[in-house]
Amino acid sequence: MKPFLSIEKLVQKFPNGNGGEMTVFENASFGVEKGEFVVILGHSGCGKSTIMNILAGLADPTSGCVIMDGQEVKGPSLDRGVVFQNYSLLPWLTTLKNVTFGIKARHPEWTKSQVEEHATNFLAMVGLEGDVIHRKPSQLSGGMRQRVSIARAFANHPKLLLLDEPFGALDALTRGTIQDELLKIWGQMEQTVFMITHDIDEAILLADRILLMTNGPYARVAESVEITIPRPRNRTEIVEHPNYYAIRNHLVQFLGKRSKELAGQPTEASKTNKPKTVRIDLTDPTEDPENKRSTLKAVNS
Amino acid sequence: MGTLSLNQRAALLSVLMLVVGLLIWEAAIPAQKAVKELTEYEILTGAGSPKAGVPPPSQVIIKAWDQLSDPFYDAGPNDKGIGIQIGYSIYRVLTGYLLAALIAIPFGFLIGMSQVAYKAFNPFIQVLRPISPLAWMPLALFIIGDSEASAIFVIFICSIWPMLINTAFGVAGVREDWVNVARTHELGPIKTAFTVILPAAAPTILTGMRISIGIAWLVIVAAEMLVGGTGIGYYVWNEWNNLDLTSVVFSILMIGVVGMLLDAMFGLLQRRVTYAE
Repeated sequence: MKPFLSIEKLVQKFPNGNGGEMTVFENASFGVEKGEFVVILGHSGCGKSTIMNILAGLADPTSGCVIMDGQEVKGPSLDRGVVFQNYSLLPWLTTLKNVTFGIKARHPEWTKSQVEEHATNFLAMVGLEGDVIHRKPSQLSGGMRQRVSIARAFANHPKLLLLDEPFGALDALTRGTIQDELLKIWGQMEQTVFMITHDIDEAILLADRILLMTNGPYARVAESVEITIPRPRNRTEIVEHPNYYAIRNHLVQFLGKRSKELAGQPTEASKTNKPKTVRIDLTDPTEDPENKRSTLKAVNS
Repeated sequence: MGTLSLNQRAALLSVLMLVVGLLIWEAAIPAQKAVKELTEYEILTGAGSPKAGVPPPSQVIIKAWDQLSDPFYDAGPNDKGIGIQIGYSIYRVLTGYLLAALIAIPFGFLIGMSQVAYKAFNPFIQVLRPISPLAWMPLALFIIGDSEASAIFVIFICSIWPMLINTAFGVAGVREDWVNVARTHELGPIKTAFTVILPAAAPTILTGMRISIGIAWLVIVAAEMLVGGTGIGYYVWNEWNNLDLTSVVFSILMIGVVGMLLDAMFGLLQRRVTYAE
């Protein structure tokens, strides 16, 4: 059976400026289950944002397709909400109006008071209440703006929520608070989320599964790392978990070394390039204790 | 002085400059001799009749008081109140201007949406734009045949370019992210145009409209000097023919005041649509 979101043999090529073509990624294939929080991790330039734009329907791949809930993704849709890195709030609207803008598009049949109540609720969920919601985005801090963006996306109950490096422009402390808020709201909504980041700790805190991308050109999704840390998670507690550093080390090794080693190799078109599933669980009693420290167990799915 | 705000100090300085300027102007104009001080010979050679000359400010103020206390009198084609004359000018400016806006803004919108259209129309706009609007006058008079309509056409043609260019520029410059927000919310092209692109480009469009109304007001005076009949431009020229320089100076001031008010109106509108990013 196909997963809820299925990315099949996605290829993206761009003209390279002197007549030829540059292959950003080739035969990228992976799936996302309903309700899952999947984070994609990779160096800049490997095509993460391109994948995101294709999922959002804002860009078309050179070949391959994306199937969500049994239907092929063609063009943007309200079923796929996007939180952009630079917030993308409309600066001439107030905070509240920015959220109602989305809700009105989703539920054109709702009354004004229904729309406003819904918006106010979601703004409250990300900690924006009272006077603040009548301010314009320019009067808000970066963190507050991103909260508005998140509220706008969640308020629409999209089938898939796409987060494009949502915390990239925020300072570390603000980032922490908003990650907590994102976790809280995600916990209440059972929302399927696909997120881009290049912050390893953020990825471990938030994700059910981390997809690792090799460097471009010919980038591919090489591994799918399960995060074997139980929820609810908390930034201060997860670092105590025995699996935390094992997973973190694996990710650091990948980004630091193997992403380069695996880069730049064209693959045969026949290969589907499914990512290798990696499960690191030091707490699992069924696992061979001898194997724990030396090599990390890789299982092909 | 330390207790006054910046604005108060500036206002005080403005008033001071005005007073000093008026005094210098007043002092610089030689007083005309009263008739009874003239010799018989001088009276016989016509020196007794009032001489044309640049009037002192005191006379202009008296004239202004006189005219503004009854601005709408109508005593025949050559003698109408200043309010009527300005009214005609504003009517022509607004008619030509609104016609131009009606065409320039939707058209600029379309050009701004398409890079091909933008590049294709650009050479025509660049050639037509620097033409002095009065250069169109003979052609307009010949084709349209009516002097009134020709004046309106001249206003139309001079105010269309800044609005067209600014609208196209503003629409073309709308941030891709905002358009993407509209796309991910499944807004149709019309809805996107009105809820995202128009508010995003509004400050630039308003700037174009403000430039246009300024140009239109500059041009109407010259156009009315040519077509005659009514209007503030005709009034200035008519008073020059009457050698009534007091009225000329007074109407020059009125042109300035009305122009300032028109600009201030658009300034207000502009402030309402401006947003900070």
